[in-house]
Amino acid sequence: MSYSTRKKTSTDNANCVQSRTDRRNTLMSGHRACQGCGEALAARCVLDAAYNATNGNIVVVNATGCLEVFSCVYPENAWNIPWLHSLFANAPSVASGVASAMRVSGKTKIRVIAQGGDGATTDIGMGALSGMFDRNDDVLYVCYDNQAYMNTGVQRSSSTPPLARTATTLPIGSYMGNDAKTGKNLPKIAIAHNIPYVATASIAHLFDLEQKVATAIGIRGSRYIHVHVPCPLGWGIQPSDTIKIARLAVDCGLFPLFEAKDGVVRTSFTISNIVPVEEYLKPQRRFAHLFGKNAAPNVIAHMQKLADENIKEYQLMGENTHG
Amino acid sequence: MDNNCPFATVLSATTSPRNKTGSWRTMCPRYINLMPPCNAVCPTGENVQRWLSFARSGNFRQAWNVIVQNNPFPAIMGRICYHTCEKVCNRSHFDEAVSINILERAVGDMAISHGWKFENVVPATGKKVLVVGSGPSGLAAAYFLRKFGHEVEIKEARALTGGMMRYGVPRFRLPGSIIDAEIRRITDLGVKISCNSRVSDLGSEINKFDAIYVCIGASKAIKPDMEVKSGSSVIDAVDLFKKLTNEQSHSVKFEKNVIVYGGGNTAIDAARMALRLGAEKVNIVYRKTLSSMPAHETEIHEALSEGIKILCLRTIRVIDHREVLIDKMNYDEESGILSKSGEEETLIADSVILAVGQFMDDSVVRNIEGIVVTDGGIIETDEYMMTGAKGIFAGGDATSTKRTATVAIAHGKKGAQYIDAYLNGKEVEQKSKPDVINFKKLNTSYYFSSPRLTLPPISSISMEERTIALTGDEIVTEASRCFSCGNCHHCNNCYVYCPENAIQKLLDGSLKVNHDYCKGCGICAVECPCGAIKMMPEK
Repeated sequence: MSYSTRKKTSTDNANCVQSRTDRRNTLMSGHRACQGCGEALAARCVLDAAYNATNGNIVVVNATGCLEVFSCVYPENAWNIPWLHSLFANAPSVASGVASAMRVSGKTKIRVIAQGGDGATTDIGMGALSGMFDRNDDVLYVCYDNQAYMNTGVQRSSSTPPLARTATTLPIGSYMGNDAKTGKNLPKIAIAHNIPYVATASIAHLFDLEQKVATAIGIRGSRYIHVHVPCPLGWGIQPSDTIKIARLAVDCGLFPLFEAKDGVVRTSFTISNIVPVEEYLKPQRRFAHLFGKNAAPNVIAHMQKLADENIKEYQLMGENTHG
Repeated sequence: MDNNCPFATVLSATTSPRNKTGSWRTMCPRYINLMPPCNAVCPTGENVQRWLSFARSGNFRQAWNVIVQNNPFPAIMGRICYHTCEKVCNRSHFDEAVSINILERAVGDMAISHGWKFENVVPATGKKVLVVGSGPSGLAAAYFLRKFGHEVEIKEARALTGGMMRYGVPRFRLPGSIIDAEIRRITDLGVKISCNSRVSDLGSEINKFDAIYVCIGASKAIKPDMEVKSGSSVIDAVDLFKKLTNEQSHSVKFEKNVIVYGGGNTAIDAARMALRLGAEKVNIVYRKTLSSMPAHETEIHEALSEGIKILCLRTIRVIDHREVLIDKMNYDEESGILSKSGEEETLIADSVILAVGQFMDDSVVRNIEGIVVTDGGIIETDEYMMTGAKGIFAGGDATSTKRTATVAIAHGKKGAQYIDAYLNGKEVEQKSKPDVINFKKLNTSYYFSSPRLTLPPISSISMEERTIALTGDEIVTEASRCFSCGNCHHCNNCYVYCPENAIQKLLDGSLKVNHDYCKGCGICAVECPCGAIKMMPEK
């Protein structure tokens, strides 16, 4: 089947909630995220959009991770909304409980959002999340995927991309970092639960991200949004290049943007200018061992193949090329 | 923090804005203004990016106001300027250059139809300046001098004002009504213009005026070295245009075959004019190659599309009634050596139009003490455009070999500044110009390929101007293609992408860095599409 497609347009920035002076700034200044943190930016954009879509009727449950650590260093809190944190593994369960409490107390217009990093989502809280999906609890879960455990020193998570270097997947000798075909594709796992809405998004395409949040907020039941957020520290990029790298991940096809409803992919965000994966990989120090004379042969070709498969699977070149 | 709290007990809860993360910063973003290439190459120094930014927001009046700060003839120059700005437009590295020239014409025409006037003049200084010649340079000088508060009188030898704009450009490229309308705005400022008043004694005029600006142009045709048998029909292009301007077009007719001799814009104009005056076959004969032709390439293109043929590497030796004897040439582009190849041919022409160049009629300045005319036939001036005679300045085609109306206007503007400084006994302030921004400094991820606005193709060969009626929306769309190189155009990227909320949007839409929280990551500088944010080391 062919998907309906969405494209970036020149009015995207002007129309997004983020460009408005009355945006909520749900994550306030003074938080302690590193310079150029993609996750801090993404969290503000997601929650500002949700705040805008619900006229401020949101409650947020946060898993443990960078996002929680940098935003609530005792005695300060950077959240400009009702926000609670319990444990690393249980954010989906706590959110399910909050949603139930809202339902039984008749406050159905208050929407519940749970959020966490890839560690809490794909590893530690995976069971709780799957349970939440299974029960179709009325929660929007947002994963900010920076592809490793960053605040503890860049350890591998099950979302770490193939061949990436982390503190626990050091390239030594012929070993080229993380396994070549690893990781859980959580958007696909979420789709397999047949929940009403699943989407992937990128901070390089904020309007698309905001649209997806607004769509998800309007649906009842379990919803899942997976946001790609570069981490300057963990990925070895300049803090100034966060958005640029996020854009290249989309443009090379390694991070496809799509929407699925009721278990079926419906919409994809087409790439106007497909770039080779090298352009995305080369600026990142975590992939430095894939280049140069010590690199194993065919590693780049392997990564390119993954990107090409995505481009084909999600019809990223647009309807004209995939009829 | 509550200072009454004893040590190691509960701290009172608070929000993060008390944590001033600005202390982390080693590099600090600054909003800067760089020089866009269009502005940098414009002889008159038109602030193209700025007037386009007004045009894109639909404020055409303000756009026009910005243009006339540097060039009082938007409607004229929107037609005849060779727009070097478009050649260097950074957008041409992305898709196609912005159609600056067409937009200038559209805004200029709008000013004429709405009757927009120049803003008021500063209080009178009591100084009087004479301008000799009412071409683009003289009119521009008069305009700027008047804006400085000086009294200005223009003396024009010919019957009509406008110089080469009137006598050197065919009407199908620049209608007389446009010239009249834009000159009227200058006379409305209080500039007095007297036509048919050739200055015969410049030496005595200097006693009546505080300063004189001589811009007498180059109106005499150069006679090429060839033999013309009597009875042959040969006319100079300048004489042809003069005749057409003074006597109406229907008095001039051409027979079937016409040859135009020369390779400049005048030759192209003459050839296109001949086609409109009855000629069926027009050949341009030029001694060098097509690529070395001084005529502007858009003009050449239009001439070719009208069916005019350009015969390169040929010189005319003899014109004997209808027979034109041609020497074929060899030209080495690297060394610039032109030589006869030995071959010859004979072409048939009912008339030959000569357009091999013009020179200055120096009778006005001859015998004036101090004024030197160089061997190249131009008036010598110092760096302040003053001739050797005190108080007499010169500009335009009479002092330059770059003979375009744009350069002439630029001379008028500069000349007026130097004359003003001279009259006030001051130096002209030399403003330092910011660096020119190149394409690599832009982030074009936020732009989308879109075709440029073009004039409709030539559909018929007519004496009427090719009209283009743009709607306001079309002007806005084309103006929005401007990359606003080196200058913020309020796209909000910095505001949107700052992870610290450290960019503030002020009520007037301008943006400001909040140094309390900016950590100096530099995302704003990388994502700025215009290259208008620079990271500077924190002091």
